[in-house]
Amino acid sequence: MYAQLVETGVKRVRNLDEMSPEERHFQEKIDAEIKIEAKNWMPEAYRRTLIRQISQHAHSEIVGMLPEKNWLTRAPSFKRKLQLLAKIQDEAGHGLYLYSAMETLGADRDEEVAKLHRGEVKYSSIFNYPTRSWADMGTIGWLVDGAAIVNQVVLQRTSYGPYSRAMIRICKEESFHQRQGYEILLTMMREGNDEQKAMVQDSINRFWWPALMMFGPTDTDSPNSAQSMAWKIKRMSNDDLRQRFIDQTIPQLELLGCTAPDPDLKWNEERGHYDFGEIDWSEFYDVLKGNGPCNRERLRTRREAIDNGDWVREAATAYASKQQQKQHAA
Amino acid sequence: MTAQLNSACRQALVDYLLHLGDSDTVMSQRLCEWVGHAPALEEEVAMANVGLDLLGQARSWLSYAAELEDQGRDADQLAFLRDEREYRNLLITEQANGNFADTMARQFFFDAWHFHLLTALCQSTDAQVQAIARKGLKEVTYHLRRSTAWIKRLGDGTAVSHQKMQDAIDDIWTYTGEMFTATSTDPLLVEAGIVPASAPLQQQWLGYVQATLQEATLTCPDENAYMQIGGRQGLHTEQLGYLLAEMQFLPRAYPGATW
Repeated sequence: MYAQLVETGVKRVRNLDEMSPEERHFQEKIDAEIKIEAKNWMPEAYRRTLIRQISQHAHSEIVGMLPEKNWLTRAPSFKRKLQLLAKIQDEAGHGLYLYSAMETLGADRDEEVAKLHRGEVKYSSIFNYPTRSWADMGTIGWLVDGAAIVNQVVLQRTSYGPYSRAMIRICKEESFHQRQGYEILLTMMREGNDEQKAMVQDSINRFWWPALMMFGPTDTDSPNSAQSMAWKIKRMSNDDLRQRFIDQTIPQLELLGCTAPDPDLKWNEERGHYDFGEIDWSEFYDVLKGNGPCNRERLRTRREAIDNGDWVREAATAYASKQQQKQHAA
Repeated sequence: MTAQLNSACRQALVDYLLHLGDSDTVMSQRLCEWVGHAPALEEEVAMANVGLDLLGQARSWLSYAAELEDQGRDADQLAFLRDEREYRNLLITEQANGNFADTMARQFFFDAWHFHLLTALCQSTDAQVQAIARKGLKEVTYHLRRSTAWIKRLGDGTAVSHQKMQDAIDDIWTYTGEMFTATSTDPLLVEAGIVPASAPLQQQWLGYVQATLQEATLTCPDENAYMQIGGRQGLHTEQLGYLLAEMQFLPRAYPGATW
């Protein structure tokens, strides 16, 4: 979801009989829930798929700092500013974990970041939406981090060991962020004035559908899912995760005293789940293709940060090698 | 302790606490501006981390100032509802981020002052000042280690980084003298043993700065150069007004609202 569409490059999932002995051994380990580690043999397509997924996930953490930074300098109190800054700091840390996990697969961090900056790889579509009010800081914590957690809790059981362990660490912090976000909204709804309450509802109206899109296309439009599921990189389908998210989020929405911008949303006694309206998939694909409200701005900001920092990183490298030479001489 | 302060001393301490709290607030705000724009991911973490520490310290100083002032205000009201003429931060803290070297020059000079000041404040006769300083010193020790390391990396890195670092130091130097310029009421606090005298502090600071710059192959500007002052009297550079307009927007736009 922080990696919504991951190309596996595999047209059809093969069965054990069609595999080479190595592949079969690998698949049997997967089936037996034995974690794959960096030095184990793995199919090249598994490796590439994971690099794509983990790098997208890492890029999402980093680009995801920007919509929140937009209100960091305008946070309305010490408490809120401290929380938001701590949260953004955590996100940078999550990016670092994930890039490290990705590097165990033989990928290079700088190369993957360069691909992001060239627009060749994705990050979560949600971060292409603008933050227009302070309430968005609450909504992002509650809905966006909430959606991330639903996905990441499952990814704690993903088949690749380093990714799974990164998820376990990240989930602990994410849960904290989600509670903080929800508390921002709850405070505004319970202790706020009418303008603040309207701000909250408006924010939910704007972020509701984009948050649901974070789970990726419907299962019928996810040609890559079957292989990712067979490799147990993914553990649940997009639609199942989305349903789980909606089911657990509606009671929270009701507690806030707010509504979802979805006239078709209603409890289905028979299914034991909420039914909900159709997602605007044309918007989803537009944003994914780079045409969301902030795509250009987000990428430009990240590109400039790294480009403007060239001389700083070069200085650090030069200094380190000078120090090394001095040590050798001594 | 506070009960024993006479009213002149109490007012002097409130002013001093505002000076500490405002300096941390403004410095932290500048660091917040870097978020998402740092030259490396590790620096995103570090920049946010330092900003967060300073924000925490700001809240402690301003809470104590509000308590002593006893006018029913809290730290938030002090930070978010005072105008630039009432802000008591050091001018150096409000200087724009500029490039990474500009930010690091500002950070280094500030950290070195902060470190020596908090070290001295750990001996304050005021228990509350002492407690806040003790907590803050642990954090500032880390800040100084980091900014010192960057001064060396940039100063003794490449020709480009050396030049940028030197330019940054030369540009901001004029704002360093204010850190050691006492106000008319500071002597009351020095006499009461609440805050340290600034002359010895300045010597410690200068010794540390000169040694670091030398190691970084940089030239230390003239210690007797002309120094800009005014922050502690609420006479700021043109930069503070914009910083506060952004920072205070919500509490100003929605008076009395709870967030």
